Amino acid sequence: MAKAYTPGLKVAARTTHRTRRLLPIPGELRVAQGDTVTATDVVAETFMEGDVFPMNIANRLGCTPAEAPSLMTRAVGESVSKGDIIGQSKGIFGMFKSEVTAEADGTIESVSSTTGQLMIRGAAIPVQVRAYLGGTVVEVMPKEGCIVENDVLMVQGIFGIGGETAGEIRVACVDHEQTLTPELITPAMKDAVILGGARMTATAIKEAIKVGAAAVVSGGIDDQDLKELLGRDLGVAITGSEKIGLTVIVTEGFGDIAMASRTWRLISEKAGRRASVNGATQIRAGVMRPEILVPLEAGENEGDVDPTVAHEAGVLEIGTTVRVIRDPYFGLLGEVSALPAEPAILGSGSKARVLEVRFPDGGIAIVPRANVELIEG
Amino acid sequence: MTADAPAHDLARIKVIVATDCGSTTTKAIMIEEVDGVYRQTFRGEAPTTVEEPFADVTVGVVNSVTEIQELSGRRLIADDGTIIRRTSADDADGCDIYISTSSAGGGLQMMVAGVVREMTAASAKRAALGAGAIVMDVIASNDKRRPHEQIQRIRELRPDMVLLSGGTDGGNSTQVVQLAELVAPAKPRPRFGSAYELPIIFAGNVDARPEIERAFADSADTSGGFDLSMVENLRPTLERENLGPARDQIHDVFLEHVMAHAPGYDRLIDWTDAPIMPTPGAVGDILQTIARTQGINAVGVDIGGATTDVFSVFDGTFNRTVSANLGMSYSISNVCAEAGMDSVLRWVHIGMEERELRNRVKNKMIRPTTIPQSAEALVFEQAVAREALRLAYQQHKEFATTLKGVQQQRTVGDVFSQEVGGASIVDGMKLDLLVASGGVLSHAPRMHQTAMMLIDAFEPEGFTTLAKDSIFMMPHLGVLSSVHERAAMEVFEKDCLVILGTCVAAKGEARPGKACFSYSITGGFTGSGRMAWGDIRLLDLPIGSTAEVEVTPARGVDLGNGPGKFVKRTAKGGTVGLILDARGRPLTLPEDTSARIEAVRGTIEAIQLYPNEEVAPRRA
Repeated sequence: MAKAYTPGLKVAARTTHRTRRLLPIPGELRVAQGDTVTATDVVAETFMEGDVFPMNIANRLGCTPAEAPSLMTRAVGESVSKGDIIGQSKGIFGMFKSEVTAEADGTIESVSSTTGQLMIRGAAIPVQVRAYLGGTVVEVMPKEGCIVENDVLMVQGIFGIGGETAGEIRVACVDHEQTLTPELITPAMKDAVILGGARMTATAIKEAIKVGAAAVVSGGIDDQDLKELLGRDLGVAITGSEKIGLTVIVTEGFGDIAMASRTWRLISEKAGRRASVNGATQIRAGVMRPEILVPLEAGENEGDVDPTVAHEAGVLEIGTTVRVIRDPYFGLLGEVSALPAEPAILGSGSKARVLEVRFPDGGIAIVPRANVELIEG
Repeated sequence: MTADAPAHDLARIKVIVATDCGSTTTKAIMIEEVDGVYRQTFRGEAPTTVEEPFADVTVGVVNSVTEIQELSGRRLIADDGTIIRRTSADDADGCDIYISTSSAGGGLQMMVAGVVREMTAASAKRAALGAGAIVMDVIASNDKRRPHEQIQRIRELRPDMVLLSGGTDGGNSTQVVQLAELVAPAKPRPRFGSAYELPIIFAGNVDARPEIERAFADSADTSGGFDLSMVENLRPTLERENLGPARDQIHDVFLEHVMAHAPGYDRLIDWTDAPIMPTPGAVGDILQTIARTQGINAVGVDIGGATTDVFSVFDGTFNRTVSANLGMSYSISNVCAEAGMDSVLRWVHIGMEERELRNRVKNKMIRPTTIPQSAEALVFEQAVAREALRLAYQQHKEFATTLKGVQQQRTVGDVFSQEVGGASIVDGMKLDLLVASGGVLSHAPRMHQTAMMLIDAFEPEGFTTLAKDSIFMMPHLGVLSSVHERAAMEVFEKDCLVILGTCVAAKGEARPGKACFSYSITGGFTGSGRMAWGDIRLLDLPIGSTAEVEVTPARGVDLGNGPGKFVKRTAKGGTVGLILDARGRPLTLPEDTSARIEAVRGTIEAIQLYPNEEVAPRRA
């Protein structure tokens, strides 16, 4: 068998990328098909129903739930402000009346005569969806959102934290093998997408937060550093909503690991250009990987094709470049030199389908097929 | 539509095709009656096709059944792509019934609400879990969250349905109505879009029904409504749980609403001869059938990449728990965080550097499909599995309790007993059968490793048979048991279970080296000897054989009949054999590092866990 299927991360010098921009609930579109948008343009917006604030009126007025509606001084549907008197008890012979005040701004939505519970609905919450990627609106879904398309340099990372952001690319490391340390971060990197090299340290990321950078992209990160940044141990790889001050994208994995040289070259060549980046990662069903997108000019990067990357998405052949993604060869890049059909017994004692990888130094290793990943162009 | 399987002419059923549509793989098996006995004969699998570009579950089903067709030579797929049924006993093509389970698309996700967390809310959670659901959150009047925080949480969730309970029949209804008044205005948005009316199942105080109806009707507006159904109270009195009606209704709603919205399921529902069941619900059913028909107590565990399910039947009471973030790939990092790296590394006998291991764990989390290549990586992965299983079982024991809030009648004999309602019904000494499934247990290179992961994590006491599900066919057999119980049981015993052997473990604690118990064995293995505290021994009791085992414990040691009391039991042989475990219960390892390593090494050598440890691929 000369071919096998294995998944991989996409590193494309030029590809047509489409991004779906959808509202969580129906709303209004602010763009039309064919419009040109920038990353920060609002393409759709809506209002979500406000938060609900419950109050037990019967308890507070010392009455039965059945009496509660009749003791309200403000009617259902009326707007109230926090502190407004909304109900009053009858008191004793008209004296010693107790009052209850609204605990939140909003509209009185209901008063239950069964439980004596009142609901105040807060003001509607505006929800805006931005284009994220500068480009052309190629499709609109009425009341839902739109699809923005552009030709981009696209790099998928393996893991990230923080959500969507955009900024100018600034290169901090001299090459893909240099560790990103704090002294390489400068104030000029404010609002920028910083390109590191190999591992990024926690102190470097903290420095980037201090100067106000938008994102940091580098080859690896130490688990201990990630824990320090998040203030907790990350249990499952579902990320994107962290608020640490910027977005972090790791292209290769955890530990001391250099960014793939081609990935580093492609991003560094775009220094000074605007990139859209998203750290959101979700590794369970519906896999989502972090990404770096740089919109391109017509013809730009067109000839930049790596002859060793997989010719067909997901297909492994002799000569294809792969990255080993598990110890004992973790992080090494090599070329597939053989694809034996028969399963082999591993050092662990398990039987698995394997392949032979030739590393740049000429060394050869037998690796389970499950432990390699393609670099897709 | 009802969750009950339609009646079939059982004598006519000779060829059965069953599928389990998992999140990544659809697994098909064929069962045939051979010489009057039902046997699993062929199997096939194919990727599940719920996601784009196929977005039709039946494509994966047809692909997996086609594999069986090719292997068996029996035509099962018609030209129009449906599954062929036999019209007569002479038909060489087709099957007599086709059945399926499903956990594709994230399974069944539910939110549960009950008045008192330890009582009605706990019962509602048991009903949902027993039906095979993933419980996203439990809202209760006393869950320590303020009402607006509860509403906020409900708004964030996107459940497939909500189970609401509270109040005993004829009791106070105010609190359960109050809960409904929190859930209704929060308007939880279902996963399947705004056109989907969120199903609400009310299984609380019958007197509260009109008010519950009002609460949900009042909150229905143009942005969506609810599909409210009412079933019998799941806790009609404090002393009694009645989970059946709620559980059946969950299955009905699962079929009518959830499945009907998943791609291709409308066709799959038409194809099947019995209602499609959620996969974990089916596993629970087969375990209950075994426990009932054999009169035993059983525990089943399924450890996956993201979650670990534990099922138990003790004295006829069934419980299931899902430990949502304890798994071997997506959740591996969480296992290490929850257990602590020290707890994981106590099972490891070779030097490992913690920083390096922490990075390895994270790399496994972000690249979940990789497998251990070296023996060292395998040792570490199995150490993590022990902790994941231990934590999941601990959670299960805490959940599987006698009913809380019940007044206990006490006798003079109970004066010194501290037990109150809420005690765990899971008892290691009463456990007869422990069944393992899930990648790290099923695919361990040696079954000895599977057996020891089970023993170290579950700490069975006395005599316990250890087994593994050969090719994860318990879901198929669970749904089959609703149609043809005999067929399900025969396949379960002959083809599904691989008996690993029997563990005989002493309960008690003492200084290593002191006498623990003596044994005398006849039958499939003959021999006798003495065990000292800290010892563990593997005896060759082959698969298919049994042995009469007599044990005489030292003072204070319990092997099933009470401290110091003689025990005679029949032990089953297996692929591993008979394991005599005198390491004590609860199982503790020495705190001193070198003593601990020596103890772990002793176990590894005694059980022959890693005989090929030095064999690792080397660079040329």
